[in-house]
Amino acid sequence: MSLFLWGLVIIFAGGLASLFSGRKPGLATFLGSVSAVVGSVVAVVPAFKVLLTGSTESLRLNWSVPSGSFFIQIDPISALFLIPILGLTAIAAIYGAEYLWAYREKKNLGVPWFFYNLLLAGMMLVVVARNGLLFLVAWEIMSLASFFLVTFEYEKPMVRQAGWIYLIATHIGTAFLIVFFILLGHQAGSLDFDKVSAIPSSLASILFVLAVIGFGTKAGFMPLHVWLPYAHPAAPSHVSAVMSGVMIKTGIYGLVRALTILGMPPAWWCWALIAIGAVSGVLGVLFALAQHDLKRLLAYHSVENIGIITIGLGVGLLGINMNSPTLAILGFGGGLLHVINHAVFKGLLFLGAGSVLHSSGTGHIDLLGGLIKRMPVTAFTFLVGSIAISGLPPLNGFISEFLIYLGVFKNGFAGGFESIIPALVVIGSLALIGGLALACFTKAFGVIFLGEPRSEHAKQAHEIGFFMKSSMVILAAFCVLLGICSPLVIKSAENVIFEITSIPLETIQTELAATSAVLTNIVIISLVLLGLTATFAVLRKLMLSTRGIREVGTWDCGYARPDARMQYTAASFAQPLTDLFKMFLRSLKKISPIKDIFPAQSAFHTDTSDISEKYMYQPLFSWVSSSFSRLRWLQQGRLQIYILYIAMTLWILLIWKLM
Amino acid sequence: MIILKFANPVLGLVIAPFLLSVINRTKAAFAGRTGQPLLQPYYDIWKLLRKGAVYSRTTSWVFRVGPLLGLAVTLTAALLMPFGGLPSAVSFNGDLILFVYLFGLMRFFTVISAMDTGSSFEGIGASREVTFSALSEPALLIGLAAIAKCTGYISLTQMFSSVVPGLWLNSGPALVLAGVALLIVFLAENCRIPVDDPNTHLELTMIHEVMVLDHGGPDFGFILYSAALKMWLLGQILIGIAVPIHTGNILLDTSAAIVGMLLLAVVVGIIESSMARLRLLHVPQLLIGATTLSVLALVLR
Repeated sequence: MSLFLWGLVIIFAGGLASLFSGRKPGLATFLGSVSAVVGSVVAVVPAFKVLLTGSTESLRLNWSVPSGSFFIQIDPISALFLIPILGLTAIAAIYGAEYLWAYREKKNLGVPWFFYNLLLAGMMLVVVARNGLLFLVAWEIMSLASFFLVTFEYEKPMVRQAGWIYLIATHIGTAFLIVFFILLGHQAGSLDFDKVSAIPSSLASILFVLAVIGFGTKAGFMPLHVWLPYAHPAAPSHVSAVMSGVMIKTGIYGLVRALTILGMPPAWWCWALIAIGAVSGVLGVLFALAQHDLKRLLAYHSVENIGIITIGLGVGLLGINMNSPTLAILGFGGGLLHVINHAVFKGLLFLGAGSVLHSSGTGHIDLLGGLIKRMPVTAFTFLVGSIAISGLPPLNGFISEFLIYLGVFKNGFAGGFESIIPALVVIGSLALIGGLALACFTKAFGVIFLGEPRSEHAKQAHEIGFFMKSSMVILAAFCVLLGICSPLVIKSAENVIFEITSIPLETIQTELAATSAVLTNIVIISLVLLGLTATFAVLRKLMLSTRGIREVGTWDCGYARPDARMQYTAASFAQPLTDLFKMFLRSLKKISPIKDIFPAQSAFHTDTSDISEKYMYQPLFSWVSSSFSRLRWLQQGRLQIYILYIAMTLWILLIWKLM
Repeated sequence: MIILKFANPVLGLVIAPFLLSVINRTKAAFAGRTGQPLLQPYYDIWKLLRKGAVYSRTTSWVFRVGPLLGLAVTLTAALLMPFGGLPSAVSFNGDLILFVYLFGLMRFFTVISAMDTGSSFEGIGASREVTFSALSEPALLIGLAAIAKCTGYISLTQMFSSVVPGLWLNSGPALVLAGVALLIVFLAENCRIPVDDPNTHLELTMIHEVMVLDHGGPDFGFILYSAALKMWLLGQILIGIAVPIHTGNILLDTSAAIVGMLLLAVVVGIIESSMARLRLLHVPQLLIGATTLSVLALVLR
C-alpha cells in the first residue's frame, strides 16, 4: 500500500511541479511525463502483487468530512483495473511528450501535464476508494481533469462545444451516482463500502438502475454515449487514448463494484445487461462505419467495445443467477479480459490516429491514402490494432471474445427459453459486431494507409519521431503478447472472479485450467498459421528468384489516365452497409446529381448525426430549458431580492425544523 | 495414427480443386456442352505457379502478404476439421469458433490486399465482400450453435461424430433448418450463384473475382488454391450434418464423405444452372433469411 501511495504522491507532485515550470516547455514536459511514468511503475507493483496473490491491502484514515473517511483498499478487482490504468497512461505519457511538443510556442505546456497527472491520480483513487464520499470526490477530480484536457485547444469553437457536452453529460451521470450513494448509505448507515450488508431486493433493483445510468454515462452505454464522439476527437490524441482506453472503464469498474455490493442478481438484471451490451455493440459499430473522421470513428468503437464488455458481464451475471459456474467464470473472465485488451488496442489506435493527425494535419479519412509508404511504422502498428479490435485470431481481441462465446456455447443452452434467448442474442450480436468491425477497420486502414494519396495532406505526411513510434510499438507488442500468453493471463484472473462471484476458488481454478488448455490449443494453431505463412513466403521467394518481377500501374480497365481521386472512398466503401441499416443511422444525404449532356460539377455529401442526441437529448434539453424559462420571473437581477430569497429559505427551514 | 490426423489437409490439397471441375461439368451437362477437362483447375494452378510476378507500383507489402496468409489460413483451418472417418489434428472445446474466425482473418487480408491497389473496382468488390460477410457471419455461428445444441458437443470432431441417424430422427427439423442456412452461407462464402457469379465478365458486377484482379503468377495460384480449399472445408460442415455415416471403418466412412462432397458439388452445379444471380440489393435479404433459419433451428426443440 505504501508503494501505491508513493506512486500517487510522485504523480501528483510531478504534475504540480510541471504546472509551476510552465514557462520552460522542456522542463514542464520532462517533469510531467517522467513523473507519470515513474509513479505508474512504482504504483503498479502492489497492484500486480494483489492480483496474483489474491490478498487485500487497505488503509483507513479519519477525515473530518461528515460521513466521509479516507478508506482505500486494493483488492483483486481494483488491481485488475489499476494495471491497465497505470500501464496505458504511462505509455501514452511517453507519446504525449513528443505530441504536445508541437504546441510549445502557442501554449503553456505545464497546464496539460498538470491535468494529465491529475487525471491519472483521480483514476487511481476511483478504483481504490472504499467510501462513497471519497469515491465521488475522486470521480469529480477525474471528470474535471479530463474536461480541462479535452478543452486543451479551447480557441476552436468545436472543442469548446465538445467540452460543454462532456461536462454536462458527465455531471448528469454523477447526479445519478450521488442518489445511488445516498440511498446506499441510508440503508447501511455509513458510506463505507464494507458496512453495506443485506439490501432488500426492491431497493437493490433501484440501486442497480441508478448504477447502470450513472456509471453507464461514463462508460458510454447507448444511448448515454453522446459525449464520446465529441470529447475524443477534441482532446489531444494521447489524452483520447487514455480517456477511451481506461477512463471510460472506470464506469465498468463502478458497475462491477456495485454488482458485488448489491447481492444476488434477479434474472432481469442479466437480461438488461446483455441487451444494453448488444445494443451498444451493434449500434456503436454501425455509427462508426458511417463516420468520416478517424477519431470520431474510434470513439464510436469505444461504445462498441464497452458493449462487448457489458455482454460479458451480463453473461457472467446470468451464470450466477442460473447457478452455472462455467457461464459465470467465462462471462466475467471474457468481459474483464476485454477491459485490458481494449485498453491496449484502443490506446494503440488512438495513438496511431494522433500520428496521422500530427503528420498530415487532417483526420478526415477521405483526404488520406497511401500513408503506408510514408509512415511504415505507424501503418504496421495501426494494422496490428485493427486486427486486434476486429476480434481476429491470433491477437488479444479474439481471446476475450472467444471466452464469452465459449461460456455461452458450453452452458448457454442448458436451461429452457430463459437461457436460449440470451444465448442467441449474445452469439448473434457478437458475430454481427465482429463482421461489422471487420468492415469498419478494413475501411479505415485501407483508405488511410493503402492506395494513393488523395490530397496534399496525405502527400506531405512523414513518419513521426522516436518517442511516439516506440510507444505505439510497445502497445502493438502487447496486442501480440496478450494473445500468445493468454493461457497464462487467464489464470491470473482467478482471484478477481472469486472476488466478484464468490464461487469456490477450487471450482474457478478447475474451470480456468480447462480454459487455459483450450487457449493453449489456440496459441498452437496461431503459431502454425504464422509458420505456414512464413514457409509460403520463403517458397514464393524461391519460386520467383529465377523469374522476372515487374512493376506496372494498377489495372484500370483500359482507362487512359487514372487519378488518385478515382479511388474508392471510405464513404462509398461503407455505403452498402450504411444503406442497409439506414433505419438506425438516419444519415442525411445531399446529392446534386449529374445533369445535361456536358455535366458540370456535382457533389455528394452524407452526414450521420447521432440518433440519441437528435431524438432524445435535444428534445429533452429544449423541454428543460423551455420549462425553466417559466421561472424567469424569479430572476430579477436585484441583490435585495436574492437576499430575500435566502432569508425566506432559512426561515422555512427553521420553521420546518421546529415543527 | 498420427499420419491420419494430418490426412484432411493433404486430402484437401489433392481433391479440393476437383470440386470445381465437378461443378463445371454439371453446369456443362445442363447447358449441353462438353465442359473443360476434369483436371483443368489443377492445370491452371500449376501454370500460375510457374509464372513470374507483376506487381502494381501502388501496392505495398500488404498486397504480397494477402495470398500467402490466405493459403496458410485454409490449411490451418483444415487441422481443426474432421472428415468422414478421419480425425482432426487438433480438437478442443470451442474450436468451431476459431474455425469461423480464422476465415475472418483471411477475409481481412483479402480485402486490404484489394484496397492496396488503389483500384476503384477492387474497392467495390471489397466493399461488397465485407457487407455480405458481416451478414453471413451470424447465420454461420448461430447455425453451428444450433448443431452444437442438438448434439450436445462444442468441438467439431465430437459434434460431427455424434451426428448419427438416431439424431436425425430426434431433431431432424432443427438439422434441416440449420443445414439450409449453412448451405446459403456456403454459397455466399464461396462466391457462387445466387450471391456471386465466378464466371462473370464485367468488373462492375463481380465480388470476389474483382478483389483479386491485380494478383498474378504464383500469388494468384495461391489464391485459387485457397479458394478451392475454403470450399472444401466449408463443405465439410454440410457433409458433417448430411452424411451421418459412422461405421468405424475409416476407409468406408471417408469414402462416403468424399462421395458426399462430390454430390454437394453437383448440387452447387444444379443451383448455378437453374437460377440466376440475385440483384446485389437482394443478397442481404437472402442472408438475413439464412440467419432467421439458423435462429429457428436453435430455438426449435
